[in-house]
Amino acid sequence: MAILLFVVVACLALAGGVGVIASRRPVHSALALLLVLGSLAVDYLLLDAQFIAVLQVIIYAGAIVVLFIFIIMLLHVRSGEDPRIQAVLSPVAGALLCGVFGLAVLVVLSHAAESPASVGEQFGTVQMVGRALFSRYLLPFEAASIVLLVGMIGAVALGRRLSDEAPDRGRPIPAPEER
Amino acid sequence: MAVPPLAHLTLSALLFTLGMIGVLVRRSALIVFMSIELMLNAVNLSLVTFARVRGNVDGQVLVFFVLVVAAVEVVVGLAIIVNIYRSRQTVDIDDVDLLRG
Amino acid sequence: MTRTLAALIPLLPLAGWIANGLWGGRLGRRAVAVIACGTVGAAWVAAALLFWRVETAPGALSRVDLYRWFGAGTVQVAFRLLVDPLSIAMALVVCGVGFLIHVYSVGYMDEDPGFARYFAYLNLFMAAMLTLVLAGNLVVMFIGWEGVGLCSYLLIAFWFTRPAAAAAGVKAFLVTRLGDVGFLLAIFLAFGLFGTTDFTVMTQEAARRLALGGGAATALALLLFAGAVGKSAQLPLYVWLPDAMEGPTPVSALIHAATMVTAGVYMIVRLHAVFLRAPFAMDLVAAVGAITAIFAAACALVEPDLKRVLAYSTISQLGYMFLAVGVGAFGAGIFHLTSHAFFKALLFLAAGSVMHALHGETDMRHMGGLARRLPRTAGAFAIGALALAGIPPLSGFFSKDLILAEAFRAHIWLWVVGVAGAGLTSIYIVRAFALTFLGGSMRNLGEGAHDPPPVMDAPMRLLAGLTVVGGALGWSFTHPGVLERFLQPVIAEGATLVPRGGSGAGEAALVAASLLIAVAGIAVSWRMYVRRTLRLGSPWLSNLLRHQFYVETVYAAVVVGPARALARTAAAADRSVIDAAVVGVARSIGRAGQSLRGLQTGYLTHYAAFILIGAILLLVFWVSR
Repeated sequence: MAILLFVVVACLALAGGVGVIASRRPVHSALALLLVLGSLAVDYLLLDAQFIAVLQVIIYAGAIVVLFIFIIMLLHVRSGEDPRIQAVLSPVAGALLCGVFGLAVLVVLSHAAESPASVGEQFGTVQMVGRALFSRYLLPFEAASIVLLVGMIGAVALGRRLSDEAPDRGRPIPAPEER
Repeated sequence: MAVPPLAHLTLSALLFTLGMIGVLVRRSALIVFMSIELMLNAVNLSLVTFARVRGNVDGQVLVFFVLVVAAVEVVVGLAIIVNIYRSRQTVDIDDVDLLRG
Repeated sequence: MTRTLAALIPLLPLAGWIANGLWGGRLGRRAVAVIACGTVGAAWVAAALLFWRVETAPGALSRVDLYRWFGAGTVQVAFRLLVDPLSIAMALVVCGVGFLIHVYSVGYMDEDPGFARYFAYLNLFMAAMLTLVLAGNLVVMFIGWEGVGLCSYLLIAFWFTRPAAAAAGVKAFLVTRLGDVGFLLAIFLAFGLFGTTDFTVMTQEAARRLALGGGAATALALLLFAGAVGKSAQLPLYVWLPDAMEGPTPVSALIHAATMVTAGVYMIVRLHAVFLRAPFAMDLVAAVGAITAIFAAACALVEPDLKRVLAYSTISQLGYMFLAVGVGAFGAGIFHLTSHAFFKALLFLAAGSVMHALHGETDMRHMGGLARRLPRTAGAFAIGALALAGIPPLSGFFSKDLILAEAFRAHIWLWVVGVAGAGLTSIYIVRAFALTFLGGSMRNLGEGAHDPPPVMDAPMRLLAGLTVVGGALGWSFTHPGVLERFLQPVIAEGATLVPRGGSGAGEAALVAASLLIAVAGIAVSWRMYVRRTLRLGSPWLSNLLRHQFYVETVYAAVVVGPARALARTAAAADRSVIDAAVVGVARSIGRAGQSLRGLQTGYLTHYAAFILIGAILLLVFWVSR
């Protein structure tokens, strides 16, 4: 039963992954990313990580993807690439390189895979993770809040439009069909 | 029958590779960014897998922090991309070579 | 008491050097002059006090140890001064003439911007020379020896922006260096033979340790003589002295007439005990002295530059001094050293007055008739000239004829050469006087020429006085004179202090002969250069003399040429090999950096690919372990 679920999830995730990197339009990539994130959330459930699964949906799927789409719309980005500019790395070379790396990673990971230990029912629940966060990992927790604050300030500072700049809607990049 | 951890790990490796390909091959800054998010998620998956294998919840705590940092990173990165667009009217990363040595 | 006085003598001028050297620029001319002259004057007073001491306690030799310097095993070297009649006599001459020249310099260098530097160097020279003279062993003497050589260089090249002056300074230093090698080797040999270089020990032990005529004695004597040849400008190492005239005239008067160049003579007298054990060396000394005397006198005959005439004259007179010590007449040598200091300094100072009045002109072909404008200078020069020619009753007559008498007793040919040289001496000095002061009007030499101011005039008068009365130090040819008696405790072993008794008649004949030659020389020169009724010499002869018998030409070909070639090669090697290597390393690093620059393409994609490659390599590395 679990295996079946896993296979479905894996296929969806992989399909989404391919979609992210292969789509012509950024919006399509964003939606593909959403698919991946959702599939992974289900996978987390299979791994007894309820808290993480929920967080995945809330933060990643719910906020980050929204942010991406927001920016895509703001900048009126209609195409993945600007046809006027030449690529600096041959796609084949890039893919090959990554393939080699992936293989190496797989080899390493396979050495580490053992049979799972037995865990209690509380494993991965909000209470258990929360307890860990507020006891042993209190300092990183607080630090993380500061990081969030800094990031917010940075984003506001970076996003400010200075008085002498033109409004955001500049020369739009042509869509794939409009060449 | 539970899913063998190796299966999860393989999925993680595959997703990671896909993400890397996206970073190297695609030229749109936004799509590159999304590929990076893909890679982060692949790593999260392997972290959760190992947390389960060891029976230690520390792996999940780490994932929590990765999530936080990824959020911040997306926010700041997108702000930068907006700025690049404003000055150069393009988000093609191969167009931005001003720091060439 | 003695110790303090002795130490003060060289230390006072040293203090003057430090004061003027460090703060001279800020002190103002008056202060600088007072410090410089004052320290030398005070040193003279100290020497006079020591003289009185030595006189009242005859036979007393004092060894003054200032401090134990260094030692290794059985060889111990102390910084030791020796106070005895010889060193006191020398100290008095050096300080006395030095003081007069310091005073003269105040006027001569009045307008020179390097006033303070000049007096600093001059004081340093005095300190070094006094160290040399008062030294108690060869090592301390060597310190003074090198010190005067250094100051000679500094002062010859005083106007160092002039290429001729700079070259002359270097030449002087290098040529005397050659002699100094001999001196240094002599020091080593002395340590080997005596275990020490202390003069008292060497004098006492010489007879015992050195076999008469043996190899050790001869070697030691010859090495010492080599040092003297360089420092005292004898053949063949005389070439630096004429060029040394590039320095200020008071420098020429002090260093290259009265003091430094006499150091060689002094050194031989100091170590006479060693020389007496090496008859061959003594003969060589006398021969070199005699030949140099006549050689230099010949060169002076055709020299157009006034100062260079005096330089050759100095070389010639030094030759007479070496002739004296070579035949064992140590007292006579010191006597001539003293009287020569008086009249040669006088001649140089007079020449300096001429130059001062003519704004630096030294070529006699541009002079003439100056006696009318500078009567006192002309008079001073005349007195010095007569003393040089050996006319009684001036001091030069007594000292030179004493030497000639001793030479005759040793070997007749030495006497012949000496007398011939004396004849030439008369000729050239009268020639110099005539060309400078007599004759028609000066050509285009301005109206401002006048006798020097008192500060320069007074020292000249004093020296003239000393020249006149200096003969009193030894006016008899049959009995030892005042100076010789004073020096007796020191040179008691001298073969010549053996009573010269001899036939008074023989002496008189010799004196008459040399006097005749001298007067004849004056007459010939007068005819040639004043009346211009006589013309001697042939073009071939005058060419030979003008080029100093081509000695310098030989030097240029044999020594200077190869040295320059070697220097050029070394410079080229330095440039093309060493510099190229060093610069090459720097350039290749630069090039490596340039090529590494290529990695910074500016493209994110490339950077990501590089990261990936690095990660792959790391993974492979870890997996393989």
